[in-house]
Amino acid sequence: MRRIAGIALALMVLAGPARAVNPDEQLADPKLEARAAKLSRELRCVVCQNQTIDDSDAALAHDLRVILRERIAAGDTDDEAVAYLVARYGSFVELRPPLRADTMFLWFGPLALLLVGGAAAFVYVRGRSPRRASALSAAEEAEFAELMKTDEAS
Amino acid sequence: MKRILFLAPIVGFVVLIGVFFAGLHRDPTLLPSMMIGKPVPQFDLPPVRPDGPGFATADLKGEPALVNFYASWCVACRVEHPMLMRLRAEGVPIHGVDWKENETGPGYQWLEMRGDPYIHVGDDRSGRTGIDMGVSAVPETFVVDKRGVVRYRHVGAITPEDWDRKIGPLMKKLQAES
Repeated sequence: MRRIAGIALALMVLAGPARAVNPDEQLADPKLEARAAKLSRELRCVVCQNQTIDDSDAALAHDLRVILRERIAAGDTDDEAVAYLVARYGSFVELRPPLRADTMFLWFGPLALLLVGGAAAFVYVRGRSPRRASALSAAEEAEFAELMKTDEAS
Repeated sequence: MKRILFLAPIVGFVVLIGVFFAGLHRDPTLLPSMMIGKPVPQFDLPPVRPDGPGFATADLKGEPALVNFYASWCVACRVEHPMLMRLRAEGVPIHGVDWKENETGPGYQWLEMRGDPYIHVGDDRSGRTGIDMGVSAVPETFVVDKRGVVRYRHVGAITPEDWDRKIGPLMKKLQAES
């Protein structure tokens, strides 16, 4: 029983992510194919919006994978191949949003919020911390000495 | 000052809730089109009707028109079809692109069976013309002005409401343009 469970676990660990790329879509040149595969994992399928075109089984995702490979086979750089699709579907297809004026908030918003929130929390916590005790007054000093004395006496 | 600091997170929270609530009513599948303000890309598609003309970029010059992407396998297109027939009967110029059919025939049978609202209909078997225009699913309709520049993109079936509110007035405006 344990052995079967072990084998099952090993098989589960071995199972790779399911990709939708068909063998007939792939480029013959393994180097170009590797570039295309990498790019297609960074491009969003416009039909099933939170899948990459590499994962998606949608007919349009298939077309876009083929187009991507055509561009790469035709000598496009990675940026040019992605730009070809962005020109048609907008930067929405880029799963890694580019750094632009209108994506600044996306990139730095969380950090800005963290800094503002952190500063606010810092100010708040500092304001609440108890005052550091000031030195004892003469009367307190005397009282303290008195107490110590009685302690020693006993 | 203290009071402002105390209220700020609450105000922020309420604003955030407002943004999220408004977001609930927006359709995440509606994406901005890259085509607006750009000329229709070059294409020259073979005819869908065996005896009819094909559909090429050059056919879009002269008067504002609708370019409607449809397919025989598309369910929403069935819903939209009567609306296209109505618009055609009212004299609105409509051209069709039969997008990503698997074979010759169904696209034409569709027109035979349901009626033919199109002036030109092209067969975009590979889907490349649609992809060049950023089509992600059918039906999708582009409003093209008389110079062949895309002015508006409508995703999904055109309802009478869409026509009255947005596309109809826009067509009227484009017809008035010199």
